[in-house]
Amino acid sequence: MAKTKRIIITILLRLLAFGATLSATVVMVTSHESAKVMNIKFSAKYSNSPTFKFYVTAEAIATGYGLIVLFLSSRRSVDRLIVILDVVIALILTSSISAALAVAQIGKKGDSHAGWLPVCNQVPKFCDHVTGALIAGFVAAIAYLVLNLYSLHVFLTPLFPV
Amino acid sequence: MALQSGEKLPMFIGHIWSKQKSRWTLLGLRLLAFLAAAAATLLMVLNKQTKTFVVATIGTTPVNLTLTAKFHHTPAFVFFAIANGLVSIHNLVMIMMDLLGSKFDYKGFQFPMIASLDMLNLALVSGGANAAAFMAELGKNGNSHARWDKICDKFGAYCDRGAGALIASFLALALMLLISFLSILNHKLVNSSSHNSHNNIIALPN
Repeated sequence: MAKTKRIIITILLRLLAFGATLSATVVMVTSHESAKVMNIKFSAKYSNSPTFKFYVTAEAIATGYGLIVLFLSSRRSVDRLIVILDVVIALILTSSISAALAVAQIGKKGDSHAGWLPVCNQVPKFCDHVTGALIAGFVAAIAYLVLNLYSLHVFLTPLFPV
Repeated sequence: MALQSGEKLPMFIGHIWSKQKSRWTLLGLRLLAFLAAAAATLLMVLNKQTKTFVVATIGTTPVNLTLTAKFHHTPAFVFFAIANGLVSIHNLVMIMMDLLGSKFDYKGFQFPMIASLDMLNLALVSGGANAAAFMAELGKNGNSHARWDKICDKFGAYCDRGAGALIASFLALALMLLISFLSILNHKLVNSSSHNSHNNIIALPN
């Protein structure tokens, strides 16, 4: 009973994280907008910023990993390796979401000291799209963190102590 | 889980890993991580550069504009400083707990607390370091699509000190990852030996 509860919780968390990373990748890749402001063409795509490219790469890696692990979930021999890889993927996700949030905040508010104007006034739909992708990425990062803490709890309270 | 000085664990994965040696190794690594995180915080907090530019010339008198680059102009750097400060406090508390906390009764919560706090602080320092890294990349290269100019050519010393803080923070991140894994591995080795010792069988845990 306890074993099935553990498996169910783990699989639910992994499904949530997989869905979140998949939606983050897709939403970020499909975000582009062109605006014409006073005869100057403003086109915003995710590939204009190296940070968003890194974000898409990291979320894509996490999606691929999540898909593979969903099929390998209860294999005994790779259990330890999956726990270690979970920690690494959680780190990658937290780093990509924080980097993307930093740059997106500059895009929304600008940086008056550096002379950087906010771009969200010119391309509001692009900004909304990117916000959605960032929210999904944030949910994925939190899901992986909870998964790691739960794996630690499972590790420390073995079902059949020696 | 009382530490007995000098007790050796059975031969495991091909090397002898005595409790004393592992304890001092972990302590040394934590000290290094504390120093790296503290250095990153200090370098970022004390990062400031003032420069005077000649903007225009009216007649014969130049019009000067004085600009200052401080770390708290950029929210990502503020987050970086706070994250590294918290991580250095965490490492300091862990060192104190290891050195001075052996008489305290943790009611069995010592290892879960250490392991989960380590994991959370790992995520924190990773987030802080990467946010600051990409802000620094933006400052160094600018972004032509958003019409953002690079600032590192004007404020070179500010950028150099920021780069130093970033390197220290990534070093702290790598050390904390190593510490996290080593401490869990160490605990598993110690606990499995105390469970199996009455059987006198050398077995792999689980």
